[in-house]
Amino acid sequence: MAFNMDPKKCPMPTQDPSVRNKNFSEVALGYTAEMAVNEAKRCIHCKNKPCVEGCPVGIKIPDFIAQVAEGNFEAAYQIISQDSSLPAVCGRVCPQESQCEGRCTRGIKNEPVGIGRLERFVADWHRENVHTDPAVPAPNGHKVAVIGAGPAGLTAAGDLAKIGYKVTVYEALHVAGGVLMYGIPEFRLPKAIVQQEIDGLKAMGVDFECNMVIGKVLTIDELMGQYGYEAVFIGSGAGLPRFMGIPGESLKGVYSANEFLTRSNLMKAYLPNSKTPIYVGKKVAVVGGGNVAMDAARSALRLGAEQVYIVYRRGMEELPARKEEIEHAEEEGIIFKTLTNPVEIHGDENGFVKAITCIQMELGEPDASGRRRPIEVPGSEFTLEMDTVIMSLGTSPNPLLRATTPGLETNRHGCIVTGGDDGDTSREGVYAGGDAVTGAATVIKAMGAGKAAAKAIDQYIKTKAKG
Amino acid sequence: MYRITQKVELNPTVTKLVIEAPLIAQKAQPGQFIIVRPFEDSERIPLTVAGYDRQTGTVDIIFQIVGGTTMELNSLKAGDCVHDFVGPLGRPTETDGLKKVCVVGGGVGCAIALPVARKLHEQGCVVHSVIGFRSKDLLILEDEFDACSDELRVMTDDGSYGTKGVVTAALEELINAGNQYDEVITIGPLIMMKFVVKTCQKYGIKSVVSMNPIMIDGTGMCGGCRLTVGGKTKFACVDGPDFDGDLVDFDEAMARGAMYRPFEAHAREEACNLLHMEVK
Repeated sequence: MAFNMDPKKCPMPTQDPSVRNKNFSEVALGYTAEMAVNEAKRCIHCKNKPCVEGCPVGIKIPDFIAQVAEGNFEAAYQIISQDSSLPAVCGRVCPQESQCEGRCTRGIKNEPVGIGRLERFVADWHRENVHTDPAVPAPNGHKVAVIGAGPAGLTAAGDLAKIGYKVTVYEALHVAGGVLMYGIPEFRLPKAIVQQEIDGLKAMGVDFECNMVIGKVLTIDELMGQYGYEAVFIGSGAGLPRFMGIPGESLKGVYSANEFLTRSNLMKAYLPNSKTPIYVGKKVAVVGGGNVAMDAARSALRLGAEQVYIVYRRGMEELPARKEEIEHAEEEGIIFKTLTNPVEIHGDENGFVKAITCIQMELGEPDASGRRRPIEVPGSEFTLEMDTVIMSLGTSPNPLLRATTPGLETNRHGCIVTGGDDGDTSREGVYAGGDAVTGAATVIKAMGAGKAAAKAIDQYIKTKAKG
Repeated sequence: MYRITQKVELNPTVTKLVIEAPLIAQKAQPGQFIIVRPFEDSERIPLTVAGYDRQTGTVDIIFQIVGGTTMELNSLKAGDCVHDFVGPLGRPTETDGLKKVCVVGGGVGCAIALPVARKLHEQGCVVHSVIGFRSKDLLILEDEFDACSDELRVMTDDGSYGTKGVVTAALEELINAGNQYDEVITIGPLIMMKFVVKTCQKYGIKSVVSMNPIMIDGTGMCGGCRLTVGGKTKFACVDGPDFDGDLVDFDEAMARGAMYRPFEAHAREEACNLLHMEVK
């Protein structure tokens, strides 16, 4: 097989920026089979496989890429499936530049291999071409409950179901998927794809119970007592939004990013016939620089805003969002006001937002997190006219489970404390992973945690069964 | 899907639905609420638990037909199902140690006040109730309140039933008659609760209010229901819905409650057309 020594990745076809910033259809259109084979040939199959170490779930990357290069797309899918339950999702939303692709040997001198794009191609190809139900494993007679149907819970459920456990996933919202459904917009992750990945789990025998707020309708003690679950995995995420505590935050037109995105994505407020309303003015400021901020800004633009600003207190280099999303946001016309922080929101006579006052920042010495600390420049305040302000400052775990589960240890940030990487908590038989443990992080890290916990739960139950 | 076992029209605009939800019926407490979606494409709306039967596994909701979603809900009949029914959410009303309480309900808020009055009555507390309506044909739950109240005052704005006047007039009269309340619990329109709180402040009585801001998820993940209480931001869905009346910023809550008014009027017309109902 001839290697493809092109220094650059095969580009991904995308919708034209001036067209796509008015619709919610997927921006990145994905590789054709020819592009995928061509890109796969850029992998030089280096000996130490640093890309695999960079993947939180340890997908056998060179192995699946070798199959893609040969045109064996289903064989490639089967290799990915051994380690990942949601490849169509992860190929789209992982920050590959800081994970697999960040370690790629070819990336040292040139552009790394487009691992995420290839994973996405393989998963999409499988979905469109292979229609056989997954094999339902023989039941092993043990029951596990999973709390939360986000990436961590779905992964734990999938891995446990694959080895014969009867798994029930309890979800508080009316649909499963967690942030994949309410947080990440359609133009980045089509909901039909999320639904198909969930349907795959159902076909394997995983039960989903929606509208079930664990901690309110049932407690963990009840699940492990009268309901007979031998172990519980908590993947309840970090959904509690933070606000800045500045004057004017309760004006009409100030949203948390979670509320704005939940209205738009989960409740489909972006569709013209939606029953759930959303308010978007002509000028929108999104405060924050993560993926959620990019999603909120790009959604606001598509909902008809004329000018959308990202207001971020550090610089462009420090933006924590995925690189591709920042590029897409810039192409679509999002205006970046970096080294800027809001200090007050002003309202009109009807209590709606009319302006924000910001202060200029400069970067000082690195703080505990290793990032340079933003410092206010005295006297540099300025005011921007604005109709809508979306706060995207991060989230923390919901207090509901820790308040209703005696003996479940949490830290001062409200995150569940686990003994090690396998997610065991201070309560026997109770495991946790994803944002509920780490605070807001990434989809793939949550999946990695779900995977590790599933393995630990299997060992725990088997050890106990032996007595 | 959650089956409607019974539908009762309490007055021309207020309906009671009894809904099969055994797990919620097991846990529900007065003061808590549920989130309901009548159909698959409906909005999520919060409605307070108006009653529950742990034996039959049913939960009662009482709602006023005010807009698109409550019209959708009212289009359902006994035997039909609501698509989603989530709860019990929020904190129960705190009733421990209360010896003498005045419960003040306004309009459809009386449906929420009733289980609280009942619980207080069952625990041996002296319960005085003041319920207020715009007019006689909007009166609901008078007999039910009578059964759990040591004293009941019914008020109507136009005097068509009970005593003419607002609830605060009756409350003041009861206080002036020498009744010493541990606290006053009030549930109704924001403007009514604001004035009940003011009346209580005048006499140095503690007041508890049940807030009803706009909600989406009802589980603490969006902050759409945030209120300023004692200068701090609180989420009504997880920290409330009950709060100390003295600490609530009512003006802010009233402004935020009106945020989607133009959209709501539009939705109401749409729903009317959809259901072929005449608007008068």
